[in-house]
Amino acid sequence: MNPLTAYLLVAALLFAIGLAGALTRRNAILVLIGIELMLNAANLNLIAFWRYGPHPEALTGMMFAIFSIAVAAAEAAVGLGLVISIHRHAKTTDLDAMNRMKG
Amino acid sequence: MIENADQIFVLLKHWIVAFLPAGFEGVAGVLISVIAIIAVFPTLFAFAVWMERKGLARMQNRIGPNRAGPLGLLQPIADGIKSLTKEDIVPLRADAVVHFLAPVVLVVVVFMGIAVLPMGRNMTLVHMDSGLLFFFAMGASTELSVFMAGWSSRNKYSLLGAIRGVAQMISYEVPLLMSSVAVVMITGSLSLDKIVAAQNQYTWGLPHWYIFTPWGLAAFLMYATAATAETNRSPFDLPEGESELVAGYFTEYSGFKFALFFLGEYVGMLSISGLGTTLFLGGWSAPFAVFGWVPSWFWFFAKVLMSIAVFIWIRGTLPRLRQDQLMNFAWKFVLPFTLLDLMVAALWRFMNDGWARWVVCSAILLLAYALMGGVGMSRKHFGLRKYRYAE
Amino acid sequence: MSFVFFLIAALTLVGGLAAILLKNTVHCALALTVAFAGLAVMFLELDAQFAGFAQILVYIGAVAILVVFAILLTRNAETPKDGIYSRNWFAGLVIAAGVFAVLGWAVVHSTRVLPHETATPTVMVLDIGNALIGRYVLPLEIVALLLTAALIGAVIVAMHEKEAAK
Repeated sequence: MNPLTAYLLVAALLFAIGLAGALTRRNAILVLIGIELMLNAANLNLIAFWRYGPHPEALTGMMFAIFSIAVAAAEAAVGLGLVISIHRHAKTTDLDAMNRMKG
Repeated sequence: MIENADQIFVLLKHWIVAFLPAGFEGVAGVLISVIAIIAVFPTLFAFAVWMERKGLARMQNRIGPNRAGPLGLLQPIADGIKSLTKEDIVPLRADAVVHFLAPVVLVVVVFMGIAVLPMGRNMTLVHMDSGLLFFFAMGASTELSVFMAGWSSRNKYSLLGAIRGVAQMISYEVPLLMSSVAVVMITGSLSLDKIVAAQNQYTWGLPHWYIFTPWGLAAFLMYATAATAETNRSPFDLPEGESELVAGYFTEYSGFKFALFFLGEYVGMLSISGLGTTLFLGGWSAPFAVFGWVPSWFWFFAKVLMSIAVFIWIRGTLPRLRQDQLMNFAWKFVLPFTLLDLMVAALWRFMNDGWARWVVCSAILLLAYALMGGVGMSRKHFGLRKYRYAE
Repeated sequence: MSFVFFLIAALTLVGGLAAILLKNTVHCALALTVAFAGLAVMFLELDAQFAGFAQILVYIGAVAILVVFAILLTRNAETPKDGIYSRNWFAGLVIAAGVFAVLGWAVVHSTRVLPHETATPTVMVLDIGNALIGRYVLPLEIVALLLTAALIGAVIVAMHEKEAAK
């Protein structure tokens, strides 16, 4: 098993863990935690391909990962602001209880 | 002979490593440097504690510890023995795992930051190309430990102290980084070794330290302010305000864990002073070219201890800032001033060498300081204060 | 593969699992921090020092603190009474397992042979700086605008609404 396969498998597993967390937990903040795990797994993928790719001196993978880190931070900020705002309105962060638009 | 005195620790390390079998040289060298750092910095911490107690005492017109040894020099050792033998009390409903890990995380992260500081010629533990970024990454991790300590104690005062502490540390993180970016821009590298090497030149016997330039002086003052806030020292020590929050986020800690927090705070102060001397005061370079014969590590530690003395002096002199005044100050004065300083540093770089750039840069900075300090920070309305209550 | 890699990968995966399985929300956030730290070490092993330190600085120093503050402000520190998993948790688990199966099969079948044997790249921060101002200046400016918009947006979304006019 070469190093690239190992890193990609770890990234895939972390992505699946993040996805499971985002889909199974009730709390809105834990869904955001799952999303952050998924973004981090994608970053690991990018850096692994940069390192074992044909032209690491072109820095493309590393730049992509750095911009992804910046965008993920912005998205976490806005997402958590939304969660706080929803909590102020509905007094709970339980996603199963927010079914006002159902049916 | 002079080079031997300067490089005495490096030569000692090579001599010890020569005793070991051939394969272990890299690991053994690093291990010896790590052991040296773990031995030296807690000793400096003990000395800093003694300096603080005696210094504050003299400023407050009293004597300070004078019983444990001559001039009270063995007082830190007595304190250490006392905190080791005290009972370790963990509150019943506290979160035991997080409560235990918080001081551990603080001490580990603070010692890792020391790894990139150039403590003398050829005396950096790890030569990293992005050494400054590593140091700031470690500094950002100390906030996590503060929060862990405050939250795990299940105590409203601790939590309040922790939230205030983290808010303050985050607010002053940006000016800290911005004031260092000016130095990085002029030097052209994030590596601390290169920054010191760029300051190690002399013109007419005076060194090229960055503090002796207008933008460097402004950046150093902003850095010192932000560093005082990052390490929760007076006048920014509301999170551990002794008269308001009992002891803030480490109220529920006793015995050895409290000693670890104390150690982490003071070694954090030492390491951030070390970074300040590296960036602005020339690191291990001597003040005048004639003093080049004094070993470089002596200059580094002398400058760090002088910075600690200034920290203690400020603590004994200024009153404490309130939380909203502190955050106001960070976002409305220090941050814009550091951004302006960055632009002035760029202007300095592109003007030709001569007296013109000194005058222009100093004029811009002084004008900005007068305007922002006078206008931006004054309260214009003097009526009854409107209160906004928490919900 | 070296022992260090297995250790760090195990630490990261355990951190990720703990982040989604633990009952106490603050413990989940702290486990997430461990996962971030493990990932930063993996970046360092892949010779991407700048990305690794940026990961620590941004994720552990800012995003983890943000998550923890949000947990505190929404009073989620206590465990809920209805259980922590949502009603259709099994479907979520099946979907995640399916995604991992597909990704894992694709990875194992397409990277049997390492495509290019490259030497360790030495990336100087100077190269990154040149790339940011040279080739990637447009993404840099767009990210700056994005961060400003996100900052202002987050403040406005989370701000207290003004009292309705009496």
